[in-house]
Amino acid sequence: MSTAQDSGVQTSGPNNFGYNDYVLGSFKFNRDEFFAHVSWPTGSHSISIDNFLRALQRDCAWDFFYGTVNFDHVVGTINHYGTVDLFAGRFNEAYRKAELDHSENFQTPKIRATFHSMLDNWTNSTFDPFASPAETQAPWGVKSGSNTDAVTRRRVAAARMVGVKGDEQIRTDATGHPINRMFADVPQGEPQVFAEPGFEGEIAAFNLFAYLSRSNVTWNPSVVSVCKESLYCPTTEEYILPIVHGNDRVEWFIQLSDEIVWDVADRETGAPRAKVTMRAGDCAAMPADIRHQGFSSKRSMLLVWENNSADLPGLIASGKAPQYPVSF
Amino acid sequence: MAYKTVFGSLDNFTKGRIDIINDDPKHYVFSNLFEVAKKSKPWEKVAVGINQEYVLEAIRAEGQSGWYSCDHDETVICMDGDIEINFVKLDNPVAAPGKSGSVSINGEPVGKKMGRVVLQQGHQALLPKGSAYCFTAKKTGVLLQQTILGDLTKQRWSQICLS
Repeated sequence: MSTAQDSGVQTSGPNNFGYNDYVLGSFKFNRDEFFAHVSWPTGSHSISIDNFLRALQRDCAWDFFYGTVNFDHVVGTINHYGTVDLFAGRFNEAYRKAELDHSENFQTPKIRATFHSMLDNWTNSTFDPFASPAETQAPWGVKSGSNTDAVTRRRVAAARMVGVKGDEQIRTDATGHPINRMFADVPQGEPQVFAEPGFEGEIAAFNLFAYLSRSNVTWNPSVVSVCKESLYCPTTEEYILPIVHGNDRVEWFIQLSDEIVWDVADRETGAPRAKVTMRAGDCAAMPADIRHQGFSSKRSMLLVWENNSADLPGLIASGKAPQYPVSF
Repeated sequence: MAYKTVFGSLDNFTKGRIDIINDDPKHYVFSNLFEVAKKSKPWEKVAVGINQEYVLEAIRAEGQSGWYSCDHDETVICMDGDIEINFVKLDNPVAAPGKSGSVSINGEPVGKKMGRVVLQQGHQALLPKGSAYCFTAKKTGVLLQQTILGDLTKQRWSQICLS
């Protein structure tokens, strides 16, 4: 095992399957043709490599997101916004009772560098972890090239709104964003904008539905508009959310098109609490004490609405702010 | 295979549901913005989402609205209909510094014309800080506004949400 001096990533040279092994604290990671294997001082766990890479891709792209990113029922991360917990069994009631759970805290740059290196090294040239399974090839087999462009896509983050002068711009064929096969019927006309001289940077509008119809990734919220700490983070969803998201704040979903079914469970134990079926126009909160996973049979448009306030997780954890958005 | 994308509208929406296993449906604050707009008066700003001080408001767009302003950026998405927005750069701000949410302007705004936008279903527009804006809907439609809880926000959770 060697250590890259600049990033602190502890990694081996290629194993028998051509992939690097990784060490992060007392966690060890290695992949073979079909699985990612994770071990820690009190146990070990294997995850199908397609599921693992799809989850790892989201954790990397979202920089550990809000709260908990459960790769599955055993392994995941908790974002403390400066440090990150890597855990095994932390949110699994049986592991907790058996005292087999394990968690370690890392400075964000250290775990970020390790995860990014692992994602790049373990992803072969024909697999895109962000794509719908219907739009990419399989990740199986020995190491075969890489797909760095796909796993390092830039995440859209508008400062005011997409389409505003100097901000994130709309998607077109020319920007490399063709219309997705499941959104071929979405009207592509842009709004009419008539700005008086001197106000070209203030008067702005864009076709959000067309913008989303040209997304080349799934389950990847990115910011299109901002009202102080209120962020619109729409995304297009197909098949299954590759992680189970554990909230550290209230999150809202506005279904813009088609249908998504959400399995909602207790954040701590994983015990099922509800199944929420959302159709176009539906608005629903995901409380701060749950975990959720979505299922979308047809590619759909979902507006994820976040409150980005850095104070919220602490206020909710201390009981100074409620777990639920409103009482009625 | 040809796929059909299903959007909603005032006249055509199918609300989802919550199947409770072990929870209170009120925790999900579940409503449908088309259903809310169908039961609202024109230009009422009815909250369909709230996250601390931030809100999402469903607005029934019908005829011409009054003029509004705001001390922070807001946005609207046209969820149904064809809606024109006219903008004026106010000579003197109407919303007090630090004031949250939209405020009404009495009469016509005083300032330079900034321009206008014409939205159809799925289009999103910026309502820039310090401007005055007014909506016109030739056919009844629905707007979803991203803003902060203000004097004009109406909260009717028990009337609009699954329970």
